Amino acid sequence: MTGQESAAGGSEHAAASVVFRDVTKRYRGAEADAVEHLSLDVPAGEICVLVGPSGCGKTTAMRMVNRTVEITSGDIEVGGTSVTERSPAQLRREIGYVIQQIGLFPHRTIAQNIATVPALIGWDRERTRARVRELLELISLPADVADRYPAQLSGGQQQRVGVARALAADPPVMLMDEPFGAIDPINRERLQNEFLRLQAEIRKTILFVTHDIDEAIKMGDRIAVLREGGRLAQFATPAELLMDPADDFVEDFVGADRALKRLALMRVSDIDLWEAPLAFAGQDTAEVRAKLAGAEVPWALLVDSDRRPIGWLSDRDLAAATVPHRPDSSPDPVLDRDDVLRDALSDLLQSQTHYAPVVDASGAAVGVLSLDVISDFLASDQAKVEEHPATARPHD
Amino acid sequence: MAEGEGPVSAVLAIPAFLGSFGGAIDFIFSQRESVQAGEPIGGLSQIWDLLATQMAVSILALVLATAIALPLGVWLGHRGVGEFAAVAIGNAGRAIPELALIALMVAFIGTGVLNVTIAVTILGIPPILTNAFVGMRQVDRGAVDAARGMGMTELEVIRRVELPLAVPTIMGGVRTASVNIIATSTIGSIAGVKTLGDLILGQATYGTEGVIAGAIVVALLALAFELILAAVQKTLTPRGLVLQRAAARVSA
Amino acid sequence: MLATLTTLLAQVQIREAGSGATTCQGKNEAFCPSYVIDNIDDYVSPVLEHLVLVLASVLAGFLVAMVLAVLSHGRRWLIPVFIGTTGVLYTIPSIALFLLLLPITGRGTETAIIALSLYNLQIIYRNANSGLANIPRSALDSGTGMGMTKRQLLWKVELPLALPEIIAGVRIATVSTVAIATLAIFAGAGGLGEILYNEGVQRGVFKTNIVFGSLLAVSLAIAFDGLLILVQRFAAPWRRARAL
Repeated sequence: MTGQESAAGGSEHAAASVVFRDVTKRYRGAEADAVEHLSLDVPAGEICVLVGPSGCGKTTAMRMVNRTVEITSGDIEVGGTSVTERSPAQLRREIGYVIQQIGLFPHRTIAQNIATVPALIGWDRERTRARVRELLELISLPADVADRYPAQLSGGQQQRVGVARALAADPPVMLMDEPFGAIDPINRERLQNEFLRLQAEIRKTILFVTHDIDEAIKMGDRIAVLREGGRLAQFATPAELLMDPADDFVEDFVGADRALKRLALMRVSDIDLWEAPLAFAGQDTAEVRAKLAGAEVPWALLVDSDRRPIGWLSDRDLAAATVPHRPDSSPDPVLDRDDVLRDALSDLLQSQTHYAPVVDASGAAVGVLSLDVISDFLASDQAKVEEHPATARPHD
Repeated sequence: MAEGEGPVSAVLAIPAFLGSFGGAIDFIFSQRESVQAGEPIGGLSQIWDLLATQMAVSILALVLATAIALPLGVWLGHRGVGEFAAVAIGNAGRAIPELALIALMVAFIGTGVLNVTIAVTILGIPPILTNAFVGMRQVDRGAVDAARGMGMTELEVIRRVELPLAVPTIMGGVRTASVNIIATSTIGSIAGVKTLGDLILGQATYGTEGVIAGAIVVALLALAFELILAAVQKTLTPRGLVLQRAAARVSA
Repeated sequence: MLATLTTLLAQVQIREAGSGATTCQGKNEAFCPSYVIDNIDDYVSPVLEHLVLVLASVLAGFLVAMVLAVLSHGRRWLIPVFIGTTGVLYTIPSIALFLLLLPITGRGTETAIIALSLYNLQIIYRNANSGLANIPRSALDSGTGMGMTKRQLLWKVELPLALPEIIAGVRIATVSTVAIATLAIFAGAGGLGEILYNEGVQRGVFKTNIVFGSLLAVSLAIAFDGLLILVQRFAAPWRRARAL
């Protein structure tokens, strides 16, 4: 864990802002601009997602930052200096680069792959080796993969190595072009979550390209929705985008289910839960029944002495004189206060129960979440006003 | 027993041609008199002279062909230009008969070691050029994009990424070139260079055993080149690439 | 290479027309069209012999290669064995191989065809093998899923899909063989080598025959190449022949 502290590396290479000033790109021989008068201001330490349908110029826009595509007119500043002031090679060594195809070098070991940029800029062996070790720890890969080759790793592991390689020289800015696009859905979600956790530590400025609006909402502190010709349709936080789409194009792109998508931005703790009718083993059942009469939940939740859920009590359980130690049904799913609401909803839908106990960090029940609670919340004004602060985004 | 005759004569035929090979091997190791006159022929020292000449021409031609074709093919492949030319030269190289090239050389330019070496080099160039081009183009575009995106200069991209990954294809071209070169340097003997072809094409002087001896030594020379180049390829091919191919084969 | 040859020829003809001489044969000029025209009959049998060498050896090489490819298709351990063996044979220069066969098959067409077949075998086997190995998994799965037996799968799915690559191998083999077969003269098998060597180099370096023989060989190679490009298109209508 000490490795992760220094990997954050804020002291050495603080994140830098990225500013697009009226940037236009027209490819040679093309009739229209790929990117047209794009202006964007990405504050240091934030993830800015460029999203839009295919052919909207999002990748072109991103690639102009490290000059793998040259700017036709306008300028891009990284950390206050124009990208044209450095040689492309120099510039690129200061900017991390992750692509969908991963592009690990199959002939070099994982350690050599990660050390690509350090080798280019002439780090000594000891420093490089320490950095590789640190990064492997950061991306949760065992240290012994260092001497293996990319072909010996799974797709998800390779993608993690791709991220580590981009981070190797601790660049203030990272470009990520559909980094999780080639990964299966289950692993993609895991990698996204891991990456958000990582970003909370390293706080890089990240330009992230995707065509997937759900991924954009999940990953972005800010989202730039581009339309054909690289024209900026809207540049806003995910919440703003969902709440107040700038026009029909954005509304259409965001999708009719944008209210549901907002759930991705909130945690269970953000909404008012139902009170849980708690019961303790050995308690008089009459007492419990009385409590149930006034409750929104029709079943009592058996908890242990630390209020940790043991199970739901059925009518038969309550037919006895005292509450039994072992109830008929398990409490699953048990939700955490820190769970993302969208995930909580999908748990509820999958479990067939319409209720789920919510616990805090110690495991003690703090309330009950139900489908009704969520639908009431979506209908209420609260869903439209409450804004999830970018800096306290859920770490699911 | 008339039926027994087939197998019996077949059994007898084996020693008969083994006998020719035996005579050829004897030719290699010990001197004898030539067919027409009393000139001494055969024996290790003559074989060595012919072999040395052919090896010198072949090695020089292979080095020259590689020195010319490899940088060109690598550069074209790296830039992704000249695909038509690179492939067409490879195809043309196959269609040109080595005998025609040597004969044209004799008719229009002249005989001698220099001319033969040039002709042999010309036949070595096409496979190396084409394979170098194809090998460079086959390198995973993602790896090249990543290399550039991380700030490698074009030369670094070539040297650190593309070239190592193109080794098997490039060496395939060098091996084909080597086959062409040994074959062509053999018939260099009709252009006045005393290679092992002198034995092969000189039945009148060396007799059948001399001809076969020449063929044996040429075949061994070609196999030796092949083995050496295969070993070079194995040494130069990065281990990660071998693993990647093995993994691809398993999942295929 | 071909371009150089044609330019050379064009220049030669211009020079010849300028001098207007009829004794170009006597002077051993670079190319003497009148000689070729007067003696055109002499070229017929070498060309026919050459065609027989090429066609017979490609056919034999093809048949053996296909048998080996089908054999090794279901038995993967055979693949390196076959690749290795045919590869060694391919490495031996044809001229040496012709004469190594001398004690076994003697001099003549038969020997030349055997040696040339061994070359074609290597080229066609490699292509057939990789063609069969590169069949999309989905095609195999759907074939099996529809209840095809192994044999039906081979004949109805795998071989047709591998056909373009097999024909590509035949094309490379044929073009190479047209060139290599000129050496068959040293195996006593005639062919275009007769024009180049016996009637050219050996006849006081008679330039006309050397030029014309080269031209015939290259033209024959181009003709076969063109023909096989057409076959490639015909055999794989589902994909454009990316021929160069």
